[in-house]
Amino acid sequence: MKLPPFEYACPTTLNEAVALLASHNGEAKAIAGGQSLVPMLAFRLARPSLLVDLRKLPGLNEIKIGADGVRLGALVRWRDIQDDKRLESAHPLLKAAIAHVAHYQIRNRGTVGGSVAHADPAAEMPGVCVACDAVITAAGKGGTRAIKAADFFEGALTTALKPDEIVTEIHLPAWPAVRRSGFQEFARRRGDFAMSGVALFYDLDAGGKATNAHIGTIGVGDRPRRLAKAEAALNGQAVTEALAVKVGEAAAAEVDPQEDIHASAAYRRSLTGTLCERALLAAAR
Amino acid sequence: MKNTFIGQPMERREDLRFLRGRGEYVDDVALPGLLHAAILRSSVAHGKIKSIDTSAALKRPGVHTVITAADMPGGPPIVPMRLQPLPEFKPFEQPAIAHEKVRYVGEPIAVVLAATAAQAEDAFDAIEVEIEELPAVADWTVAQRNNSVLFDKQGTNRSMVFESRKGDADAAFASAPYVRKERLRTGRHYGLTMEPRGVMATWDAAKGMLTIYGAAKVPFFNRRILSAQIGLPVEQIEMIENDVGGGYGARGEFYPEDFLIPFAARHTGRPVKWIEDRRENLIAMNHAREEEAILEVACARDGTILAIRGEVHTDMGAYMRTNGAVGARNVSQFMAGPYRVPHVKIDSSLWMTNKTPVGTYRGPGRFEANFFLERMIDMIAEELRIDRIDMRRRNLITAKEQPYPIATVQPTNAVDEYDSGHYPETLERALQEIDWPRVSKLQGKLVDGKYHGIGVVCFIEGGAAGPKETARLEVNGDGTISLYLGTSSVGQGVETIFAQIAADALEVSIERIRHVHHGSTAYVSDGYGAYHSRSTVMGGSAVLDAANNFLAALREAGAKRLGCDANAVTLDEDKLTGGGKSVPLREFAGLTQEGVFLNKKHTYSYGSHVAHITVDPKLGRIEIIDYVVVQDVGRAINPLTVKGQMIGSLVQGLGGAVLEDLKYDENGQILTGSLADYLLPLASDFPNLRGVVLDKYPSPINPLGAKGAGEGGIIAAGGCMANAVANALSSLGVQPRQLPLSPAYIWELLQQAGRKAAE
Ligand SMILES: Cc1cc2nc3c(=O)[nH]c(=O)nc-3n(C[C@H](O)[C@H](O)[C@H](O)COP(=O)(O)OP(=O)(O)OC[C@H]3O[C@@H](n4cnc5c(N)ncnc54)[C@H](O)[C@@H]3O)c2cc1C
Repeated sequence: MKLPPFEYACPTTLNEAVALLASHNGEAKAIAGGQSLVPMLAFRLARPSLLVDLRKLPGLNEIKIGADGVRLGALVRWRDIQDDKRLESAHPLLKAAIAHVAHYQIRNRGTVGGSVAHADPAAEMPGVCVACDAVITAAGKGGTRAIKAADFFEGALTTALKPDEIVTEIHLPAWPAVRRSGFQEFARRRGDFAMSGVALFYDLDAGGKATNAHIGTIGVGDRPRRLAKAEAALNGQAVTEALAVKVGEAAAAEVDPQEDIHASAAYRRSLTGTLCERALLAAAR
Repeated sequence: MKNTFIGQPMERREDLRFLRGRGEYVDDVALPGLLHAAILRSSVAHGKIKSIDTSAALKRPGVHTVITAADMPGGPPIVPMRLQPLPEFKPFEQPAIAHEKVRYVGEPIAVVLAATAAQAEDAFDAIEVEIEELPAVADWTVAQRNNSVLFDKQGTNRSMVFESRKGDADAAFASAPYVRKERLRTGRHYGLTMEPRGVMATWDAAKGMLTIYGAAKVPFFNRRILSAQIGLPVEQIEMIENDVGGGYGARGEFYPEDFLIPFAARHTGRPVKWIEDRRENLIAMNHAREEEAILEVACARDGTILAIRGEVHTDMGAYMRTNGAVGARNVSQFMAGPYRVPHVKIDSSLWMTNKTPVGTYRGPGRFEANFFLERMIDMIAEELRIDRIDMRRRNLITAKEQPYPIATVQPTNAVDEYDSGHYPETLERALQEIDWPRVSKLQGKLVDGKYHGIGVVCFIEGGAAGPKETARLEVNGDGTISLYLGTSSVGQGVETIFAQIAADALEVSIERIRHVHHGSTAYVSDGYGAYHSRSTVMGGSAVLDAANNFLAALREAGAKRLGCDANAVTLDEDKLTGGGKSVPLREFAGLTQEGVFLNKKHTYSYGSHVAHITVDPKLGRIEIIDYVVVQDVGRAINPLTVKGQMIGSLVQGLGGAVLEDLKYDENGQILTGSLADYLLPLASDFPNLRGVVLDKYPSPINPLGAKGAGEGGIIAAGGCMANAVANALSSLGVQPRQLPLSPAYIWELLQQAGRKAAE
């Protein structure tokens, strides 16, 4: 479990970092908090020839809150999100979800950019991004582009990023006052990756009914995704216990979970339904 | 007696050193010219080794040497068994490095020595190993078919059947009014230590001395093994004990690396260090526990247990390791636990499989036996419509039945008996602690979406394995006293406890006992080490004997100086007094005496667990509301450290009850290869645990009256949690029959119960 040999660079500008990433025939890798990459190196599941440390890149560690929503610099750490009181109203779903990420030590180092680039199917941040229609900005040799979260995550540990691209920002659209949200996940121990999780929100219309329903899942499938049928079951309805059960059932029917050593597919499906139901009730409370 | 350190809750004298970061672990020791070892391990579970080519690896940066079986003339030595070393086991013992065949993922194939550990590991991919794969034997049910055998000459995968017998079980079953039969199994666990293992060895060719660092648990025995393997007399081998980050039965046994690293040091003439990494630790350190029982219990209608009969099958992994037979042996002898069972017949089969070999892990066999029988008692009580606690009361052994004979194990002819105690007492105390009148009303109740359940179980813990332990006291130049022991520290707090015992025996202050040295082969003439909850009883009793001899020697020496009769001389803290005069203790610097304690019997502490839990039926998640362990330890030398043992071992047991399981696929590939998948309890998982230490029934077999007490928390945790889950979900007819009680398993049981109800 010793790291394989690699070269190391710590550039101070984005252009330099992109150039370095482009320089090693696709064998260079960015490193941010190192909380996913270093274990991969220790297990020798990754053997990059060059590590490009992003920590000195300017301006990437800010949380900007404006009329158009929340902008998280790629180097924002989990701890920064937890400590930012403004987010309680600016993005309660983000705040609630990030409380489930890992443990103190890891939260002090892990970054949002690293999380989306790593694209673990059970990770919270990608789930929030997909549920909230986030836009992810990446800078590369070819310039800067904005990628919709739904297009960004392509599969387990696979994204739309090119080898020379660096995530610079994640934009979560504005959070209206009429929005209600809930986040529920289940892991065997607190801080573990979720066996299943649900991030959802809806807006209350003038009649007290749910509109604009967004229901996203993590941990069930090879990437986070939204559940159109469950959302349809919610839209236009007043949230009651009976409705929560119905939406939960729709969610359970809609996911296509895989089996692993911790859980059967049937159990994961059932979990998703239960978590969706509970998240919805929590949102309505 | 002037002193009463024994019985006082004293803080551990070792703690300050650890808390200040001054512990010294084997990896903290460095020597000039050190080579670092990394061990290439088999990635194939079962196969014939066709060839190993290390030539390319030798050209890698920093690489000094690569060692394989080919470097050992006459083939690699075998690691012999330490406990139950029966001739039948011989063919199944492990060679120190694979040759001819590999039998588990993780088996050492080559040792790379390089300037750094990373460089040694980097060279792995330059070693070409050609292995012709054979069908893997993935568990005992496959092993039983003998289609693929691990040891061709043996022709069978079964290395042994231990037979435990008491009375005439078949006759009792033939006339029994009620019989229940169940199939139950426990997961595969291991005694995961926070600090993985490590060995450092140096060879001083001029002096002909081989020095081994990182020794633990049983250094004297291991020295004898190494001496035979490497062809050096024991006097030319010194084993140095360092601080250790946990033992649990697994650390300190003789493993292949305990030969390979000293061999490498002698082979190269350079100091060699190997520090196990976590990934290796999961596949190289002894596994434990994976046992399946097909068990029958015969009862009278009032719940009186008449007889127990059945088979147990243990998944041994690929080799018989030093203490590998203990779990399978114990499960058969202790199946009856703390209960009065007149007739016992258990056949315990040991099946060789293509997995990491097993060894002991805290509460070996007892954890499993407790889960098997306690689960059955609850199922029987329910079926017979009697109260499960009354059923236990009815069958627990009472003080007037002591010493109580238990089953004899063959072929070792292990005759044994419990020593003392009134077993119902801890049960009543545990019920009182949990506030039974209040919590009993919650049994099976659904409150806020969660079912409440109470688990109640009783257990027995063995300790104090003989044959002997040695202690020595010596006067230091500054008039303080040092204590040297043949037993070792694996974190139990023995330095504190031995100081308490010595200070009481000598009637001096505890500070006078300046140093407590243990574990290294240099301190006393012989030692047996730390296993089977034996250190306090065996080492402590040896300290008493040494103190007597030491006092006698002091009196004699003092009498000469003071010109009085030896009987008139007393040790008075820092001086000897007699005949109206005194002489400072420091003037006797170097005066030393050994003491020994010999023992053929075992101590048996006992106790009860009561747990109050909830189960979320939708998630399958268990939460502990309250958990009480009550254990009578004969005599609590230090109630604080006993309680530490109880809570620590309970958390470990809860890991096995609800989280831990080493899983393999049908090809013998491990699926839980990191701590992301082998789930240990975390600090926040089980906050509500309590321990109560009793010492009402001292052991009659040692002068301290103490009993081994390091395993009581772990032994009954699986049984207690499983019974609590069954109790919580009793209205739904759920009966857990395996561990761990993972959320997915509980959920699956609920689905099955739902389908059954629908039929
Ligand atoms: C024990 C443990 C438990 C954990 N539990 C959870 C959990 O419950 N939920 C969860 O979400 N995560 C969990 N994690 C992962 C943790 O949150 C990681 O920090 C995070 O996933 C990755 O962030 P990082 O900054 O550490 O990325 P790194 O490890 O530095 O990098 C990860 C990957 O992203 C790439 N990368 C990093 N930054 C960028 C960037 N700006 N642009 C392009 N590529 C980039 C790297 O090249 C690498 O491939 C856990 C980790 C551990 C060790």
